[in-house]
Amino acid sequence: MTAETADTAVRPVYRPTAGSRFALWARRQGWRHAVMLVVAAFALFPVLFVVSAALNPVGTLSSSQLWPTGASLDNARDLFQNTPFRAWYTNSLFFAVANASATVLLSALAAYAFSRMRFKGRRVGLVGLLVIQMFPQFLAIVAIYLMFSNLGELYPAIGFDTRWGLLLVYLGGALSINTWLMKGFFDTVPKELDESAQMDGATHAQVFFRIMLPLVTPVLAIVALLVFINTINEFLLASVFLRDTGAQTLGLGLYQLVDSQRNANFGMFAVGAIMLSLPTLAVFWFLQRYISEGLTSGAVKG
Amino acid sequence: MGPNDSGPAGSPSAGAPARPPLPGGRFAARGSLTGTLAKIALLGLFTALGVWAVLPLYVAGNWWGIALAVAVVALVYWVYLSGRSVPAKYLVPGVLLLMAFQIFPVLYTMSTSLTNMSDGHRGTKEQAIASIEAYSVVSADSAEEYTLTVATTGDPETGELVFLLTDADGRAYAGDSEGLEGLTGASVDDAGKVTDAFGYTVLSPNEVNARSDELQEFAVPTGDGAGIRSSGLNSAFEGSALRVYDAGCDCIEDSETGTVYTADDERGAFYSEDGERLAQGWQVGVGFDNFLRFLVNPTFASAFFGTLVWNIAFAASVTFLVFVVGLAVALTLHTPRLRGKTAYRILVVLPYAMSSLAMYLLWRDMFNADFGLFNRMLGTDVDWLGDAWAARGAVVLANVWLGYPYMFLVATGALQAIPRELSQAARLDGAGPWQAFRHVTLPLLMVAMAPILIATFAFNFNNFNAVWLLTRGGPFPAEGTMSGGATDLLITYTYRLAFSEATAQYGYAAAMSVMIFLIVSVMSVVSLSRSKALQEVDR
Repeated sequence: MTAETADTAVRPVYRPTAGSRFALWARRQGWRHAVMLVVAAFALFPVLFVVSAALNPVGTLSSSQLWPTGASLDNARDLFQNTPFRAWYTNSLFFAVANASATVLLSALAAYAFSRMRFKGRRVGLVGLLVIQMFPQFLAIVAIYLMFSNLGELYPAIGFDTRWGLLLVYLGGALSINTWLMKGFFDTVPKELDESAQMDGATHAQVFFRIMLPLVTPVLAIVALLVFINTINEFLLASVFLRDTGAQTLGLGLYQLVDSQRNANFGMFAVGAIMLSLPTLAVFWFLQRYISEGLTSGAVKG
Repeated sequence: MGPNDSGPAGSPSAGAPARPPLPGGRFAARGSLTGTLAKIALLGLFTALGVWAVLPLYVAGNWWGIALAVAVVALVYWVYLSGRSVPAKYLVPGVLLLMAFQIFPVLYTMSTSLTNMSDGHRGTKEQAIASIEAYSVVSADSAEEYTLTVATTGDPETGELVFLLTDADGRAYAGDSEGLEGLTGASVDDAGKVTDAFGYTVLSPNEVNARSDELQEFAVPTGDGAGIRSSGLNSAFEGSALRVYDAGCDCIEDSETGTVYTADDERGAFYSEDGERLAQGWQVGVGFDNFLRFLVNPTFASAFFGTLVWNIAFAASVTFLVFVVGLAVALTLHTPRLRGKTAYRILVVLPYAMSSLAMYLLWRDMFNADFGLFNRMLGTDVDWLGDAWAARGAVVLANVWLGYPYMFLVATGALQAIPRELSQAARLDGAGPWQAFRHVTLPLLMVAMAPILIATFAFNFNNFNAVWLLTRGGPFPAEGTMSGGATDLLITYTYRLAFSEATAQYGYAAAMSVMIFLIVSVMSVVSLSRSKALQEVDR
């Protein structure tokens, strides 16, 4: 800036013409708008297409256009009446909410121990958590399948086609890289805070629930968000576990809907796809202030 | 913003005093009344759960299972009542679940990978023999006929099959794979069908149909190679087995054809002299044969290595492209004043907030050759998902669409952490915009982004949904699906082996899982040893 001011002082007074002002704007800002419009179009067109297909009165894939050609709720009515949509949706939300809340609790408990306490096996535990990440749960799908075909005979309540069985499997992955993320965040909370609480006579449980948890809300929110999204989009384990149509999640239901009738059911699928995205969008909306903070606190580490 | 933005997250405060030891000892000894009540309630609930777990084990006579359940309950009581080990109180719930549903399945996968477990090789040798004999039962001339009701013990879909039989005199029997016993207290209707019997679940015709394959092979042994088989849904007959096992020669002789099938304990099946094999086999250990098969056997090795190469290429190209696009968008928006910045941000992040499962299916349908959006809008007639390279491109494109918003969010955060003065100083020193970015901003950015890039690569390496929902691994070569599809990842190939082929090959699929594990481990160890993540352990 200083260099430019020095220049103008020597030259005669400079009056920018409309053309040169535009050139300056284009060089500074205009290209940004151009790039962003292209990217936004790329980001938006599948979303636009799915909305248009959901409103499409004909309800087939071949008749769906990028831009809505009509507005009808026929597809929604078909989906709600001709498929077990309500059961699918309830199942999806059950798994996502139950898994997210239980994972946050279990992970936070473990992260608290790893962050604030020194005990035998702490190092092994932390490294072990990293190592087990290399073997994602779904790689053991064959073993989980065989295991639950036996377990289901003993305990029908957690066998295939039940909610509790699949939820248990999901919870087996509760302690994961998320625990590391949380531990890193817990480490940034000054020790003096919980130490002074202990001086005042708080138990370790009170320190955890009353002091720590309120201070680490951002990371709890971000882990809840990630687990919620992952669960609602989980396909592999769910497809092996839930075979009965009524027991399935919305994702599985949609998969079968377009698998059997790729063209005709597309309108119903589009409505379902929007319904499946709504909870994710809502979670994003409510947690947006934590998102960049939480994601980057994970990013800047390491 | 949270309360913790005094410094970059995770940076150790300079000159902080060494931490004092932190055992549970300094905590106050007793908690509040609410805490105590909650503890009692939770322990009570857990005890109830333990009792619930033990009952079926007791009925099944599984003493090891009971011992395990009792040990777990005792451990939980000790941890939460002794007050001696505070860290354990926080770790036990998660660790128990982790051991039961992640570590145990992993070990089970490894042991399964050393067996020939598959359809036809699931049970023990005794079960295979019983099944072979039962399957060969034919009706003798003076055979006794029964009215049949199919039932199970427990769950209609997975419980063990039981034949509830009534003979001509109206006597009722229950027969399972162990043998035939009298049945008392059953309600029988006029036609002789059992409608209700204590301890058994009577199946509806639909439920019977669902298990018709099993029914075909099921027979109630009645001794001396004779057995009771079903003929249709409502009747059963007693007959004698054509194929009978002889323990003396460890073989099965077919009394009709005279063929002798000798047990091969290495391959887990009965083979005749001219190499013909009986369908029902048993599970045996095969050592590293499963691994050798896809490392050495030409057909399987080419499928395996071809899939591996594409798998790495897929993960690398998706990671690279989402990074480039995400960073480009972040740089474009990284300017103090830009009209509509918030609107752009929302639009750009939108794909990340949509359900990825539904969006994969949406992309698949947009690529549909007959009705899809792309062919109709572009006026082309490309079989996007039917041509190998078009399908690969489609899979990568859809994943870039879904993946770049995350990179954008992360890169924005990382860019904001880099002081603007640095690149301004570089510009003053005469660097062009590109040079300032390339030599000042990018190296700083990479420090923060490297772990994220590694994680993205590892995630995409096993991104099952990305391929399964779009192409299911196809298009496939003419030889069939065993040789691997053009877009197959190792994980989708494994899934098909275990759950989607005509005969499930659990042992082979488990061996593939172990191979993926090894590959990912090697890559992770290399990348971890170069990152600083592990140093945090000692902090």
